[in-house]
Amino acid sequence: MELFTNQVLAGIATGAIYACMALAVVMIYQAIDHLNFAQGEMAMFSTFISWQLMQWGVPYWVAFVLTLVFAFIGGIAIERILFKPLTKAPILTNVAGFIALFSIINSSAGLIWDFTIKQYPTPFGSSPFLGSQLISTHQAGMIGVTLLLLVGLFFFFQYTRIGLSMRAAASLPESARLVGINTSWMIALGWGMASAIGAIAGMLIAPVVFLEPNMMVGVLLYGFAAAVLGGLTSPLGAVVGGFLMGVFENLVGTYIPGVGNELKLPIALALIISVLVVKPAGLFGRQIVKRV
Amino acid sequence: MSAAEEVVTEGHQAVEAVPKRAMTLGTGTSLVVLAALIIMPLFVKNFIIFQMTMLLIYGLAVLALNILTGGSGQFSLGQSAFYAVGAYTTAVLMEYFNVNYALTLPIAGVVCFGFGFLFGQPALRLSGVYLALATFALATAMPQLLKLNFLEHWTGGVQGLVVTKPDAPFGLPMSQDMWLYYFSLAVVLAIYIFSVNLLRSRSGRAFMAIRDNEIAASAMGVDVALYKTLAFGVSAAITGIAGSLGAIAVQFVAPDSYTITLAISLFLGMVVGGVGWLPGSFVGAAFIIFVPNMAEGISKGLSGAVFGVLLFLVIYLVPHGARQIAILGQQIVGRLRKN
Repeated sequence: MELFTNQVLAGIATGAIYACMALAVVMIYQAIDHLNFAQGEMAMFSTFISWQLMQWGVPYWVAFVLTLVFAFIGGIAIERILFKPLTKAPILTNVAGFIALFSIINSSAGLIWDFTIKQYPTPFGSSPFLGSQLISTHQAGMIGVTLLLLVGLFFFFQYTRIGLSMRAAASLPESARLVGINTSWMIALGWGMASAIGAIAGMLIAPVVFLEPNMMVGVLLYGFAAAVLGGLTSPLGAVVGGFLMGVFENLVGTYIPGVGNELKLPIALALIISVLVVKPAGLFGRQIVKRV
Repeated sequence: MSAAEEVVTEGHQAVEAVPKRAMTLGTGTSLVVLAALIIMPLFVKNFIIFQMTMLLIYGLAVLALNILTGGSGQFSLGQSAFYAVGAYTTAVLMEYFNVNYALTLPIAGVVCFGFGFLFGQPALRLSGVYLALATFALATAMPQLLKLNFLEHWTGGVQGLVVTKPDAPFGLPMSQDMWLYYFSLAVVLAIYIFSVNLLRSRSGRAFMAIRDNEIAASAMGVDVALYKTLAFGVSAAITGIAGSLGAIAVQFVAPDSYTITLAISLFLGMVVGGVGWLPGSFVGAAFIIFVPNMAEGISKGLSGAVFGVLLFLVIYLVPHGARQIAILGQQIVGRLRKN
C-alpha cells in the first residue's frame, strides 16, 4: 500500500509537468480548433530566452516576466506572419506548417545554444516538500502555479469580455463576426496566450528535465495526450488529465512486469485510447453535435 | 438537446472534397510519365537508381495514406507501424524460411491488411485529433514492440535483421539496383492501377461519401463502419507492401528505422503532393527524399531550419499541393487548345 501511495504521489509530481503543458494545448485548441505541433518548441525557445537573460545577470523574476512578454508577442507575431496567410488553406496544410515551424525553431535553437544539457534554476528551491522525499518544493510550486493558471484561465474565459469574445470566435466564427468580434485578432490573441502559457510551462519544466533543444518533444506528447484525455475544450479537464497521465504512467511502470521506460508511453496512450473509445470527447469535454 | 451540447454546422471539413475524376492523371500524361520512368535508369548511375527506387517505395506509402485520408477522410500518423510490419514480414520470411522475395510481398500485404483492419475497429469511434492521437500511439509503440524480449528471436531486437538483395532473374544483364528498380516499378504500377480503380468503384464512392459527410452517407445506406475499417485495411496493406520493398531495397530492417519520423514524413509527402490526388503521392515522395538532403547541402548546422523554410515556401505557393500545379497546367493546355 505504501508503494502504491508513493507511486501515486510521484505520479502527481510528474503529472504537474504534463498538466502545465496541457493547459497551453487547450488554449491553442480553443483559439484555432486544432493542435499546434510546434508548441513545445515555442516553449523551449522562450525558456532559452529566459536562460540567456539570466546568464546576462537579470534576476529570475524579471527574466520570467520579460520572457512572458517575449513569448506573448512572439506567439502573436508567428500567427500574423506565418499562419494568417494560410487561413484559407486546407487544415492539413496548416498542420504541415506546424511541422515546418517545429523544424525551424528546433534547429535554430540548436545552432544558437547548442545541444548540450544546461542546468536551469528554480525559484522554489529543491528541498523535500513537507518532509516527503517524493515531492520536492519545486514540484509543489509547479503544482501550485498550474492550479493558479487554471483558476486564472477560468476567470478569463468566464468573466471577462475578451474571454467571452474568444470563446465566441472559436465556437461560431461567423456569428461572432456578425456581432462585431474581430475573430482574426482573437486567433492571434489565442496564439499569444498559448505561447505565454507554454513559456511558463517551459520555465517550470526546465529544472526537472534540464534545458536542451529537444527537451519539450516528449513533454508535448504527454501534454497532448493529457489534454485529449481531459477533453480538449476544458482547461480543468486538461489539468486533471495531466495528473491522471502522470499517475497512470507511474503505476504502469511499477505494477506491470517487463515494462521498461520505453514502453510506458505506449501503454499510457493505449489506456487513453480505451478511455476515448468510451467517452469520445474526453472526460470533461463537451459533446459536439453535428448538423448535416 | 441538453444545454451542454454544442451544435456545429459543417462549414469546412478536415479533408476537402475531391471529385473522383480529379484524383488521377489523364491517360496521355500517365503514359509519358511511365515511359520516362522506364527509360530513365538506362542513363544514370546506380546510386541514383537506388534513390529512384526509394522514391517509388515512399510514393507507394504516401499513396496508401492518400487513399485513407484523401479517399475516406480518416487521418493517420501511424503509417510507419504498418510499414514496419510489412518490412519485418519480408525480412523474417526471407531470412528464416527462405521464401522468395517476390512472394513475401503479397504475404506482407495480407498480414498488414489484417492488422490495419483490426486497428480500424477501435479507431471507428474516433475522428480528427483523436484518431491522430490513436494512430500516433501505434506509431510510437511499434519500435518498442519490435524490441520486446520474446520477439527478439525473430526480429533480432535492436540490431535488426539483414536482408539479401536479389539478383536479376533469368540471367538478365542488369545490376541488382536496376533489377530492383524495375521490380518496384512493376509493383507500384500494379498497385497504382488497382488504387485508381478502387476509388472509381462502388467502394471508392462509399469512401468518398463518408469523407464528405458521414451522416448523409449512412443515411444513403453506406455501411460506414465496414468501409472505414476497409479503408484502413487497404491503406495498411499497401503501406505494408511498400515496407517490404523498402526492406529489400535497403537490405536491412531495424526498429529505429520505423519511428514516428517516418510517419510524419509520409504525412508531409501527402500534403505536398496534394491530398486526394494519387499521382501527387510520388511528387510528395520526391519532396521528402530530396529536400532534406538539399537542406543539408545548403547549411549543415541549420538543415532543419532550411527544410522548414522550404516547406513553408511550398505550402505558401501551393497550399493544395502539386495538384494545384497540375490543375493550372490543365487549364493552360485547355486554353491553348481553344485558341
